[in-house]
Amino acid sequence: MSARAVRHPRLVFGAAVVAFVVLLGLLADVVSPQDPLRQNLGAKLMPPGSHERGWGWHLLGTDHLGRDILSRMVHGARVSLFVAVIAVLISGTIGTAVGLLSGYRGGRVDDVLMRVTEVQLACPFILLALAVAAVLRPNLRNTVAVLAISGWVIYAKVVRSRVLSLRESEFLAAARALGATGSRLVLRHLLPNMLSTCIVLATVEAARMIILESALSFLGLGVQPPNASWGGMLRDGKLYISSAWWYTTFPGLAIMLTVLGLNMVGDSLRDLLDPRLKV
Amino acid sequence: MKWFLVRRLLQTCLVVLGLSLLVFMILHVTGDPALVILPPYARTEEVAAFREKMGFNDPLLVQYARFLARAIRGDFGMSFHQGQPALDLVLDRMPATIELGVAAMVFALALAVPAGILAALRKDKLADFVGMSIALLGQSMPAFWLGLMLVMLISVKLDLLPVSGRGGLAHLVLPAITLGSFTAARVARLTRSEMLEVLGQDFVRTARAKGLREGAVVGKHAFKNSLVPVLTIVALEFGTVLGGAVITETIFAWPGVGRLMVDSIFERDFPVVQAGVFVIAVIFVLLNLVVDVAYAWLDPRIRYT
Repeated sequence: MSARAVRHPRLVFGAAVVAFVVLLGLLADVVSPQDPLRQNLGAKLMPPGSHERGWGWHLLGTDHLGRDILSRMVHGARVSLFVAVIAVLISGTIGTAVGLLSGYRGGRVDDVLMRVTEVQLACPFILLALAVAAVLRPNLRNTVAVLAISGWVIYAKVVRSRVLSLRESEFLAAARALGATGSRLVLRHLLPNMLSTCIVLATVEAARMIILESALSFLGLGVQPPNASWGGMLRDGKLYISSAWWYTTFPGLAIMLTVLGLNMVGDSLRDLLDPRLKV
Repeated sequence: MKWFLVRRLLQTCLVVLGLSLLVFMILHVTGDPALVILPPYARTEEVAAFREKMGFNDPLLVQYARFLARAIRGDFGMSFHQGQPALDLVLDRMPATIELGVAAMVFALALAVPAGILAALRKDKLADFVGMSIALLGQSMPAFWLGLMLVMLISVKLDLLPVSGRGGLAHLVLPAITLGSFTAARVARLTRSEMLEVLGQDFVRTARAKGLREGAVVGKHAFKNSLVPVLTIVALEFGTVLGGAVITETIFAWPGVGRLMVDSIFERDFPVVQAGVFVIAVIFVLLNLVVDVAYAWLDPRIRYT
């Protein structure tokens, strides 16, 4: 194991970062040094390493309401990961189903579904998200919905092209000769062949979702205050950019590290599992 | 080629039609556009009167047909807040967004293409490692955070460049870097992998074997052949850049379409939102069309079915 790990340092590093953030998010209530919502206007915008009497250390400083930035970041990790995981699960399931259907059935169904993907691809994601967020009032559930809607196309496209390349393969003909019918062919024979591709896609997509969620929250159209989210912290911190560097620096670093970890895992998994895939 | 063009044009029309449906549906996803547009404190009679006035009581298909008939003539309705045609407002802001987008692309390409080539030529050496690490970082960094950091360091701490607004070249630098960074990272990685693929091919070995200088091998044979996929991505990335402009323009108070749309969303000025989404998406579709046609023209091996 260790010998193989040495050959894939990026995979190991990326996985370690992701695991660390996941752990923080899961254990947010336990590891968070302070209550992320507790305000103290007497202790606002304290620099990193400050000590507040009767309350404790603020390792990464406090924000404009005197809340502990580290604690808010730990709770923000939970939000970002939750949104990313749910959005990826939903969009991955929908996209894979559409791709399987489109590729296997072909004909009319394929035509219609592919036109739909083209329309959606023609609309830059952020615009779509903005439009939807504008109509549905911004909150956590709608943020997940917007991201899920925006994400399914890539799975559909990739899975469809894989199905097309496998449709005439011998193992499928063999299964068909043994009497397997449509749904069994798709679920038992085609779907397992898509899994490695989908895992790679899901990893890279999770990274994208985290960035998009933070972008939406940054614009004020995602997770709403007072709940902590990395993008929301950057939105607030922007106003204090000339006086409190730590406010915008640390939440952004958290986003970057998490996304970097996911991208490294995604890149190495692709090289290992599916080198032809271009993401 | 002629049939390919015709097919591709028809397809584009279909996509634009689909886009119009999408833009129309923005207001109708909740089922009651009147409640979406009017403030929550609007009285029931007011809502009913508004519904009647806007024709929201008609069948959805009728409403869509009406919307489409107007949209074809460039009429997305009047802005609720500024009392001007929504499309005019969007088009007024377009030059600023295009200026920013082009600057971002120029920055991205000027940095990424040489970096990608260099990384490919020095594969597994220090330059490759450093270049690709920076690219990976660039791809993992939210652009708006990079923008904030640039403002903090360069504008606030060092006082070298203006914090926000549109003006001369100095105003353009930071927004262009912010907006172009993600594209730069992608293009650098793609250029590298395409170059590596081409450099491994027989004709490159032949070119080397016949004694061509390395510069000519790389420049004339390898680079030109890796250009087509790179150009495709560049055109696609331009769409991403137009979308990303929404955020960059918000950070730098850049008076473009993106900022107009964010403002309009908060003001619940839906005609402007609809016009903005439609215009940007159509630009993106047309760019794709141009790329596809150029692609078929540049590379006759491609067969379209």
